[in-house]
Amino acid sequence: MNFSLSRATLIAEADLVGIAGERAVCDRRGVLYFPDLRLLAVSDLHLEKGSSLARRGALIPPYDTGATLLRLQAVIADYQPRIVVSLGDSFHDGGGAERMHSSFRERLEAMMGGRDWIWVAGNHDPEAPADLPGETVRELAIGSLLFRHEPSKTRIEGEISGHLHPCARIVQRGRSVRRRCFAGDGGRMIMPAFGAYTGSLNVLDRAYAGLFRLETLMAYMLGAERIFAISGSMLRPG
Amino acid sequence: MTEQPRLAEQNAAVLLPEPFLKWFGEKGWSPRVHQLELLAKAQSGQSVLLIAPTGAGKTLAGFLPSLTELANRPKRKPGQAHRGIHTLYISPLKALAVDIERNLGKPVEEIGLPVTIETRTGDTPSHKRQRQKLAPPDILLTTPEQLALLIASNDARRFFEDLRYVVLDELHSLVTSKRGHLLALGLARLRTFVPDLQTIGLSATVAEPDELRRWLVSQTSPDAMSELIVVTGGAKPEISILDSEERVPWAGHSARYATPEIYREIKRHKTTLLFVNTRSQAELLFQELWRVNEDTLPIALHHGSLDVAQRRRVEKAMGENALRAIVATSTLDLGIDWGDVDLVVHVGAPKGASRLAQRIGRANHRMDEPSKAILIPANRFEVLECRAALDANYLGAQDTPPLVNGGLDVLAQHVLGCACGAPFHADALFDEVRTAAPYASLDRPTFDRVIDFVATGGYALRNYERYARIRQTKEGLWRVSNPAVAQQYRLNVGTIIEVPALNVRYVQAGSRGAASRGGRVLGKIEEAFLETLTHGDTFMFAGKILRFEGIRENECFVSNAPGSDAKVPYYGGGKFPLSTYLAEQVRAMLDDPQRWKKLPEQVADWLRFQADKSVLPKRDDLLIETFPRGNRYYMVAYPFEGRLAHQTLGMLLTRRLDRAGAKPVGFVATDYALAIWSLADMGWMFKNRKPSLATLFDQDMLGDDLEAWFADSWLLKRTFRNCALISGLIEKRHPGKEKSGRQVTVSTDLIYDVLRSHEPNHILLQATRTDAATGLLDVSRLAEMLSRIRGRIMHKNLEQISPLAVPIMLEIGKMPVNGEADETLLMDAATLVEEAMGPEMTD
Repeated sequence: MNFSLSRATLIAEADLVGIAGERAVCDRRGVLYFPDLRLLAVSDLHLEKGSSLARRGALIPPYDTGATLLRLQAVIADYQPRIVVSLGDSFHDGGGAERMHSSFRERLEAMMGGRDWIWVAGNHDPEAPADLPGETVRELAIGSLLFRHEPSKTRIEGEISGHLHPCARIVQRGRSVRRRCFAGDGGRMIMPAFGAYTGSLNVLDRAYAGLFRLETLMAYMLGAERIFAISGSMLRPG
Repeated sequence: MTEQPRLAEQNAAVLLPEPFLKWFGEKGWSPRVHQLELLAKAQSGQSVLLIAPTGAGKTLAGFLPSLTELANRPKRKPGQAHRGIHTLYISPLKALAVDIERNLGKPVEEIGLPVTIETRTGDTPSHKRQRQKLAPPDILLTTPEQLALLIASNDARRFFEDLRYVVLDELHSLVTSKRGHLLALGLARLRTFVPDLQTIGLSATVAEPDELRRWLVSQTSPDAMSELIVVTGGAKPEISILDSEERVPWAGHSARYATPEIYREIKRHKTTLLFVNTRSQAELLFQELWRVNEDTLPIALHHGSLDVAQRRRVEKAMGENALRAIVATSTLDLGIDWGDVDLVVHVGAPKGASRLAQRIGRANHRMDEPSKAILIPANRFEVLECRAALDANYLGAQDTPPLVNGGLDVLAQHVLGCACGAPFHADALFDEVRTAAPYASLDRPTFDRVIDFVATGGYALRNYERYARIRQTKEGLWRVSNPAVAQQYRLNVGTIIEVPALNVRYVQAGSRGAASRGGRVLGKIEEAFLETLTHGDTFMFAGKILRFEGIRENECFVSNAPGSDAKVPYYGGGKFPLSTYLAEQVRAMLDDPQRWKKLPEQVADWLRFQADKSVLPKRDDLLIETFPRGNRYYMVAYPFEGRLAHQTLGMLLTRRLDRAGAKPVGFVATDYALAIWSLADMGWMFKNRKPSLATLFDQDMLGDDLEAWFADSWLLKRTFRNCALISGLIEKRHPGKEKSGRQVTVSTDLIYDVLRSHEPNHILLQATRTDAATGLLDVSRLAEMLSRIRGRIMHKNLEQISPLAVPIMLEIGKMPVNGEADETLLMDAATLVEEAMGPEMTD
């Protein structure tokens, strides 16, 4: 009992996972950091989602871009990465970068300075964001890793993707807890959505069918203070 | 006694047209005094509130002014334009409107009146609605939501131009909710269309009739009130508490112990109505009764989650007197008149004296015969509560909640609705809104913020000017920016927010619903409950034991469960918190051993035992007991302020105890008490004033602690979601696609977090806090309690659990502990990782 407790804590403290031989930190704030590459990956920022919905009449608070960038600023300050990879759907729609308030744009450009910044194209933002630095690519291969927006149907070891906004659900003592999560099986990893207004989809949903080796599937659920590593067999649909 | 009827007869001859007198005569009836009195006042141009018990002929009284006027109206000549609506009848329930159509249609036909009566509800087909617009009936029976829709249509002014009367049924129940706020705003609009409009309110007895009288008329001056007619009396009901031969349980809500005794009473009476407080109680009681139903008496089940068709079948059978008993929840509460009920059984505590009176009114629907009712307490505290309720009923006590100010989210909806109808001027609309009683004290800056919210969201960061839903013209009129705005508004009108629920559909066992989709729908069940089930779990619903097969999209698949025991209990909890008045009565009874004589012996014994082992709480004091048990320390408080207020208190106290180093682990709240358990010895801490109980219970907990808790409370998020939906920030429905409850929940939670950290004073957060204070958190009641008990806290440090603490201690472990324990649950799940994963995961 004692033993199992300390093991879980160890995983949590280090928050280190292996993906196709590379070591990565699963940060509870929803970013992935590869210390050996000094590379920070973040997915599905969906900047300007608020204003995108406002165009269609739902006047939800226009603070999502600000909130998302503040959180991103904090993790970048912590890790000081050499490379930042934004894994697609960085903007909620093609006009997002243009609509962005000038103060937000300045904040974003400030954190891009002094490092390589890669915009991976997503289904919401297939083109490069207007008037912003950084390089836009379809996918990016570094070492044994492949960064792309949508997980590929045919299995690629070392693939890091987003797009599906994974969350996981457990039931304990008659209560249900649902959280965003990283979903991985040791070979590939799907990252949680980082944007302030992004919803999520349970990793047991049909949309994930065939993507993971179920026997090694783990959900790294985002907690208030730490990551909780939960084995696939404990997860519930819905 | 003989004077009044004679007077009535003379009045009748003056007030009633000939055909009516003839009809009364043929029936061998004479009009009642209050019916004529109401008619006379209405004919002199006044609005009236009629307060009368059930069975007093309220409905006919309410419609007499309309019917007599319509009887004398010249016929429409061929080729003449259709006349608009003459009378609008508004009830809180669709079923009630349908019921009235039936009940009113009969006399209209018998008297031979040229009057058309039609209903218009959410169920009315669109071709009929279209036709009603072109050729309106004389009397339209409808609901508050439909009125809001009619007002938002661009021909509203013409549609209502001939309106004379608005009859508001069950007014006491309408005015206490947001539906009431929306309706009050709608009435104000109607009065702008037709300044001479008269209102007639029909109500059960209420504590403050003047509040309703003000509600009925334009609030142009502080003393503007409608006329009032009160019908007193009716025979006093014969109410008793079941004096069971069985042992009354310490805790629980099932009252299973009393099933054989309830069944005996059903057999003794013609038709018995059995009321319970929650759906799960209804299911359980229904099961238990059928278990002992040796004579296979026709006993039926009726609650709001059942499929509509099934409910209609039960209602029909009820009307035909084909049932011997019916187990029901609040869906049957209001004034629907069905069959010859000669006994009402109330299982569980009534939670409020007025509610009890209303439910008992169902029995023997004639005013001059006494109703007969039996109360069945489900546990010992409920025995006390039933006794208190019973005493209160004889005293004629009333405890309807005080009216609150109109919600700003409702106002936002109304403002957009007005713009959909016709462009408005802000000054004029502000004046109009303030004539509605719930908004009489609204200030102009707040009103302007609401308009700003409707237009562009009302954010300090003014980003959305180009997406405005309403815009000001050069002449200063506000109008909708485009027709799509109006179309969306119409789909989202109303203030009733349904808890996300899934259809429950029958399939073959083991099929997981994949193959057979054709099974019958049994009704709807809350998503939150279904989420905790695993394939194969059994539970009770629709009078059956069902096996959970799985969820597919918005349907839950179930099959018949073998065996007769449901594995998963369902705690809907008490839906209604204990009323303040009743709580006071319970405390008074505990404090007065003289009154224990009226209690069943076993319950009186329990209280004596408590006096012996600990102490009984004084009427105005707060008793706190502390004792160790197992490896935990317990603190039990007895505020008797209702589950909601106790839950909020529990959340705040555990925060404070945590800071004081008591290491609290969990808490559980009931209607009567609150128990907190911890790792440190709280009894010792309180005795040594580290901290003192006075400090712990200080009112300042409603300041920073409450604010901090607001940040991530799921209760606040749920309240915010309701405000967001009602105010139109988020759509309930969008043309072409229905959003599922979950999608809405996710996005409003995220919006809440973002808005709270970036613009904490936004008008919608203001509305949310106000709502929470009176709603789910019951902060207002907690505040009253904290001020009442200042300097009156009685601490009893015990060696072991006291008799009074047994009921709440039994709830521990049975009820899911709601709170901030999510992280703990995740931790529990994460510790199991070792079993599933090898050590390589850490490398």
